[in-house]
Amino acid sequence: MTTKFRQADWAEPLIFELSNKGRIGYQFPPLEPEINDSLDPENLVPEALQRREAPNLPELSEIQVLRHYMHLSQMNYGVNSGLIYPLGSCTMKYNPIINEVLASHPKVTGLHPMQDDETAQGILKLLYTLKGYFLEVTGMDDATLQPAAGAQGEWTGIMLIRQHHRDNGELEKRTEIIIPDSGHGTNPASAHMAGFKTVEIQSNDSGTVDLDALTAAAGPQTAGLMLTNPNTIGVFEDQITEISEIVHDAGGLMYYDGANLNAIMGWCRPGDMGFDVIHSNLHKTFSTPHGGGGPGSGPVGVKEFLADFLPVPDIVEDGGVYSLDWDKPKSIGKVHGFYGNVNVVLKAYSYMVTMGGEGLKESSELSVLNANYVSRKLKDLKGYELTYDPEKPRKHEAALSASPMLNDTGVSALYVSKKLLDYGLHAPTTYFPLIVPEALMIEPTESEPVESLDAFIEAMTEINELAYENPVELLSAPHNTAVTKLDEVKAAHPKTICLSWRRFCQIMSDE
Amino acid sequence: MSKIHRYLPNSVPEIKEKMMEDIGVSSIADLYSDIPDELVYKGVLEIPGPSTEAEVKAHVSGLLEENATLRCPPFMGGGVWPHYVPSVVDEVVHRAEFLTSYTPYQPEISQGILQSVFEYQSQVCELVGMDVANSSLYDWSTAVGEAALMSSRITRKTKVLVPDLMSPLRYSVLKTYTEPAGLSVEKVDHDEITGLIDLEDLKDKVDGDTAAVYIENPSYMGFVEENAVDVGEIAHDNKALYVVGVDPTSLGVLKAPGGYGADIVCGEGQPLGNHMNYGGPLLGILACTHDNRYIRQMPGRIIGITETLKDQRRAYTMTLQTREQHIRREKATSNICSNQALCAVAAGVYLSLMGPTGMRELGETIISRARYAQRKIGEMPGVRAPIFNSFHFKEFTVSFQHKSVDEVHRELRANGMQAGIPLTKQFPDLGETSLFCVTEVHSKKNIDSLVSVLKEALEG
Repeated sequence: MTTKFRQADWAEPLIFELSNKGRIGYQFPPLEPEINDSLDPENLVPEALQRREAPNLPELSEIQVLRHYMHLSQMNYGVNSGLIYPLGSCTMKYNPIINEVLASHPKVTGLHPMQDDETAQGILKLLYTLKGYFLEVTGMDDATLQPAAGAQGEWTGIMLIRQHHRDNGELEKRTEIIIPDSGHGTNPASAHMAGFKTVEIQSNDSGTVDLDALTAAAGPQTAGLMLTNPNTIGVFEDQITEISEIVHDAGGLMYYDGANLNAIMGWCRPGDMGFDVIHSNLHKTFSTPHGGGGPGSGPVGVKEFLADFLPVPDIVEDGGVYSLDWDKPKSIGKVHGFYGNVNVVLKAYSYMVTMGGEGLKESSELSVLNANYVSRKLKDLKGYELTYDPEKPRKHEAALSASPMLNDTGVSALYVSKKLLDYGLHAPTTYFPLIVPEALMIEPTESEPVESLDAFIEAMTEINELAYENPVELLSAPHNTAVTKLDEVKAAHPKTICLSWRRFCQIMSDE
Repeated sequence: MSKIHRYLPNSVPEIKEKMMEDIGVSSIADLYSDIPDELVYKGVLEIPGPSTEAEVKAHVSGLLEENATLRCPPFMGGGVWPHYVPSVVDEVVHRAEFLTSYTPYQPEISQGILQSVFEYQSQVCELVGMDVANSSLYDWSTAVGEAALMSSRITRKTKVLVPDLMSPLRYSVLKTYTEPAGLSVEKVDHDEITGLIDLEDLKDKVDGDTAAVYIENPSYMGFVEENAVDVGEIAHDNKALYVVGVDPTSLGVLKAPGGYGADIVCGEGQPLGNHMNYGGPLLGILACTHDNRYIRQMPGRIIGITETLKDQRRAYTMTLQTREQHIRREKATSNICSNQALCAVAAGVYLSLMGPTGMRELGETIISRARYAQRKIGEMPGVRAPIFNSFHFKEFTVSFQHKSVDEVHRELRANGMQAGIPLTKQFPDLGETSLFCVTEVHSKKNIDSLVSVLKEALEG
């Protein structure tokens, strides 16, 4: 495979290093005479709190700022500008341009959250309608759009479970959340932030929930179980009904981590599997861009008996008029300063009506086909294996292991991922899930044409061959990216750690 | 419309069949055969569509057009403020390479976002007078929640003192965040005349259990907290951390919190190049001093400088990940994963355009315009503006003696204006009072029309 990729390398200085005294990148409209003349410039702020030293910000003209960031953008890789972005659990599907166009509409960008409901009927209607679509896809009864990200959705959901047990007078004794060892790292972190101890249960030989282990872990101290389905190895938890029964019989509630919802839309719904609380990542399943780390959006859905606990305000409708309802005495309170990442929700709405119910189902089906296409073509290569029932169909993602390669050649999953970058392909998620050694977790999504999948398969095949024939060549990758492999130890070492320009200048002057 | 969807390249029947044939699958249903039959959804998802792009555009724009058209930007703040967003900011954040990338797990191919966020962290440090800032939290309110939890972990104490005039929305989030950790949040009184924190009441309430003393500067009511230095001293005398919440647009003219003793600074970065968007996405700022005890307890992603292994070239990467959920799981400093990275990039671009001069001019312009509005409104009979006798930044309270806030508000709306967040429910003790906001986007003409509509409302 000929590598045609070469990422830009501008060796771009820090913006502070481009500064030249006196330059400005923006000008303010002048003050009108009547405003200007009445001012006492010495008396704008109290003397004790006057800023006497200007902040050390860079001074540049507009074109310099623009070019700096254009250069930096060329040293980055996005799903819309790259070739394939098969980052498992992240659902890097196409981020439609029309959604960005609509999200830039001044009637939403210029809207203040405390405006009267009467002046925000359009956006309230959109949010209310989207909530309905979200409930339709997930099979839940009510929802909040307030959580700003998936992890915040998880925490909000566990806070709802907390409130449920408190309402029943059982919070004192229900102190534990059960989480399978294949779960996302956010699960135990969210449960802990919501005040619970976490109990990890080991997966069985199929990589799914071990019913005996679950039965042993569940009891009067159980507040709930957090589970993603299909799970992080891409396998559907087919004993989900039994799992729900065990947890519910113990008096616990079922939490659905919706990171993997993209596999099953229209095929089955968390609400029908026995889940009481769920979240979904709009920046995964519903196509909103991830912005290099955020903003995302993590709406939470619940069954009817938990609806009173949802955060305030709720969006309600009465006779075609929409409003924010702040009157929810049993609510857990607020989880975000206002109503969540509204602009992100708008993009998800636009996506949903672009696809329609049928289109969402077809998206899921093609995401599953794509994942199986890739994993089946790779699993029999010498260096890779599909752990846990390799013949069983995967859903939207598959966690391949590079263990055989590591054992045979010393080339680990890390080096496979770095070499992939040289082909202009993004790497899969590595070293997760924790139950798969040397994991390469591949999620191509439905957006990828078969040609991209073939390019990925070809690259993975070549890397496999290289590992056995000339492993040394792999160990120095990547070469075609803006920079070569980094010193991660130096970045975190107490002696060399440098987290700001200010600190960088101190270190330089010390040397 | 064609059955083949424009977003689904493999929905072409021949392509799909060929792919299935290649991997020995006879139907899509085969791939779902492990879902128990009783769980298979028999209905069709009731979501309209599929739609053409033109249909979607018409439909969503049509919905948005149902939002009212205002005569001028709303005179409202309270945590989200109308500010001008330079076009360069929007251009940068729409670059596909930034917009459509994930968290930079592969730093070699993600130097662009890493360096941009590092620069944001650095600029925030300069602005607030701290050494370390994280890459972002969801918003100011969750940043206060995280700052309180962080303070509690550092001091191993559980009480948090806050001003009784703090934003009630932020207060609500703070309560939700801190309740499970067993923290108590207690309010400190204000001086009736100035609104400033009552230092005597603070001294009474601060004690050996106090993890943090929190103030907002400018306050929710818009005045500058002149007691900021004393509050910090009282906190430190009691071995509590001093946490300061800021509106960064004030920091070209107001002293950086690092200059008056803050240990942790939080705040709202929305006004730095991010649109209001009905309250989200926002940008939670969190910064602290370069002290390992603090840094180790910081929540969220942090970008640091490092070098390439081979030729020691400067480069950037996510660092100190051992604090984070994907490594530390339940022992992580926070569960935060996705954050507001692109909003942080926007703030970095904004601050680069402004520079030190722009930030000072921004602050001066805001104060000048706000003070003009304050004077014009305060001159009207039956109106007090502001109710607190202090220096104000861009927000100020307006109290009506003969009319209710509701009546005035309705009259403004009837005239195509949105002005003032009603405080009647949030702070009933303050009477018929509203919180107004004026920024650099409000021209004298805008302010004069506000004043004239207010006059009509008060006379009517």
